[in-house]
Amino acid sequence: MTPVRAPALTETSEALCFLLVLLIPSAAAGLALINAGLGRFRNAAHSMLSALCVIAAAGLAYFAIGAAWQGAAGQPAFAWHAAGRDWNWIGAGRFFLRGLELGGYPSLAALCGLMSAALAAIIPLGGGADRWRLGASCASTALLAGWTFPLFAHWARGGGWLAQIGFVDSGGAGVIQVVGGLTALSITWILGPRRGKFSPDGMPSALPGHNAVLVLLGCFLAWLGWLGLNAAGAILFTGVAASRAVLIAANTTLAAGSAGLSVAAITRARFGKTDASLCANGWVAGLVAVSAGCAVVRPAAAVIIGLIAGALVVYSVEWLELHLAVDDPSGSVSVHAVAGIWGLLATGLLGAVAPGEAPGLWLAQLVGIATLIGFILPLTYGLNWLLNRFSPQRVPVEGERQGLDLYELGAGAYPDFQTHNEDFWQR
Amino acid sequence: MKLTGFLLLVAGWIIVLAAIALLPQGPSEVSFVLVALGVEALGLALVFRAHLIPGREPR
Repeated sequence: MTPVRAPALTETSEALCFLLVLLIPSAAAGLALINAGLGRFRNAAHSMLSALCVIAAAGLAYFAIGAAWQGAAGQPAFAWHAAGRDWNWIGAGRFFLRGLELGGYPSLAALCGLMSAALAAIIPLGGGADRWRLGASCASTALLAGWTFPLFAHWARGGGWLAQIGFVDSGGAGVIQVVGGLTALSITWILGPRRGKFSPDGMPSALPGHNAVLVLLGCFLAWLGWLGLNAAGAILFTGVAASRAVLIAANTTLAAGSAGLSVAAITRARFGKTDASLCANGWVAGLVAVSAGCAVVRPAAAVIIGLIAGALVVYSVEWLELHLAVDDPSGSVSVHAVAGIWGLLATGLLGAVAPGEAPGLWLAQLVGIATLIGFILPLTYGLNWLLNRFSPQRVPVEGERQGLDLYELGAGAYPDFQTHNEDFWQR
Repeated sequence: MKLTGFLLLVAGWIIVLAAIALLPQGPSEVSFVLVALGVEALGLALVFRAHLIPGREPR
């Protein structure tokens, strides 16, 4: 296995990366708005506050221990020697960011990691919407940002064994999106479906989101954030030149647009009308899918990646709900896990302009996908299952009936709203 | 069923690790990785089935 070196960044590249990293919170704001808009009105304030709280919890957990375990390429790490190779498996940095040089590649990688951990932490909120306790979501986030995320981030971005075999994940489709999406899947399994979502014979009922405008506004903010996320990630972790930021921005926009249009066309053909919430999910799925290969695919490939990501979201949302009884109010599993895995695979198949043009890229991508499904999913499920044993993550029945705004916060997001009959849960 | 599913997921990943550590680059390595993904798919199917609502069969 080839040791991964830190990219040599000029001062201009470092300044550009810093500015790009500062765009990432916009993606977090976008996802938070999407989660809030796709939830019910009586949980809206709780949803937004949860997003802020998990960002805080993720930041603190990442600062305390996550950054040390993630490390960065060229920084100290633990490795074991097996089968004639060195397997770099975890960073050997110091906790609480002690000893981190301010300025330069390691500090930029740590800052990007901090923002990425916060973004990953918001994804499971969509899966657990309308029924996840605030304290439990923060505790779960601490596990995600302190352990699960840094571990995989080290393997893929910090010079770990996946990076050594040539795994490419420029913008974090695997590191951020699939890790977050698989955590969302674990949370939906552990919490169970919302009351009234499935009838006794298992038929799902529609519980539509309360504010499509918030959802669509979230897409605009997510787009802006993803431009920074993908470009910063590609320069810092794939080692592409800063001048490639133009290609990355074009690919990101093309994939999001083609995914959104793909969903619009499919929903119109299937249901007779265009579905706004699914289009929003498709838009984000395009952003997610192109993250992996944004720096190594041509614009035409980005369009193909987006078109397929959009189609995948439509069928995946339906399949998960109708056939597998997964109650995922924001479609987090489909948008982040399914589209992210597609993006990683597509990078292996369509990554034609890779900087090193590594042969066997698609095999490295398959190994990365197998690691996410075969190791990260059991790990995140096990951690959240244990957490649930000590402190139940789901609100009591009364909290769900009352709404999390009133039950956990004591006040609703929209005090002047008239309450309609259909907003009451089905008994 | 749930535990078996998760064990199959981890088993698939270990097969992948074994393939890239022990086998030379080539068709045998690719075959092992693809088989390992099949094992993981089986595990994933079991875990999904274990989380179906009690008494509900897949459609």
